[in-house]
Amino acid sequence: MKQVTASGQTVEDAVQSALKQLNTTEDQVNVDIIDEGKKGLLGIFGSKPAIVKVSLVENPVKKAEMYLSNIVSDLGIDATIETIVKGNQLTFQLTGEKIAILIGKRGQTLNAVQYLLQLVVNRSSNQYYTVVLDAEGYRKRREETLVNLANRLAVKAVRSKRGVELEPMPSFERKVIHTALQNSKQVNTLSAGDEPNRHVVIKPKS
Amino acid sequence: MKALIETIVTPLVDYPDDIEITVNEEEHKIVYHLTVNPNDVGKVIGKNGRIAKAIRTVVYAAGTDSKKRIFLDIM
Repeated sequence: MKQVTASGQTVEDAVQSALKQLNTTEDQVNVDIIDEGKKGLLGIFGSKPAIVKVSLVENPVKKAEMYLSNIVSDLGIDATIETIVKGNQLTFQLTGEKIAILIGKRGQTLNAVQYLLQLVVNRSSNQYYTVVLDAEGYRKRREETLVNLANRLAVKAVRSKRGVELEPMPSFERKVIHTALQNSKQVNTLSAGDEPNRHVVIKPKS
Repeated sequence: MKALIETIVTPLVDYPDDIEITVNEEEHKIVYHLTVNPNDVGKVIGKNGRIAKAIRTVVYAAGTDSKKRIFLDIM
């Protein structure tokens, strides 16, 4: 984190001088007053300058965006990033060619980058953000696939009168399955196993 | 590839200057060896190796173009 210590006749003066050094504006910094200073007699005798410590607060959203674009370009992919901030949810949408490499098998690479992004965002911020990384509408397509899979396996569970175990999935994908079947009159869903092998089990209601 | 590993790891640690990556190229594989400041080890490994796993996933994805297999050793 970048920070400078500056002095001035008043606190305000000191802050302004620090802002100039950091080349930024007041809303992007944290100000610590070390010494308020003294006016002194006639402004000459016994006067003490005000000292402040000003540190640059990095914008976590901007930082994450930089991080993502660095990773994408290091992977040799040409993509544009669209950032959407909605409350404490941060969505990055990638569009471009050769994006398949970034999605990986069943989205595992995409999920890995999403996890790393989440770490970077929340490392430097007081507010907790959840990060969603999407590439070429992959999440939407995956959601449809999962709903189809859920319905198919629910039929299978009812017919075989046995629980059907799905493969391990991250929590937000399991949620899709649970939501898809929550109104079903014939099956229950539950998650079993520990991360990273936690998976959904579809059981027929008896 | 080295640049990618650096890009991924740098924002995760407190002492970015202590990141060191050495490359060991063998006949059928390339092994990247990553070391960080002892205080940062937890930050690149994570609970149950979750972060390490994520880093590896991304690095291996980048290696799909090359003919040799890629490995990433952490510490």
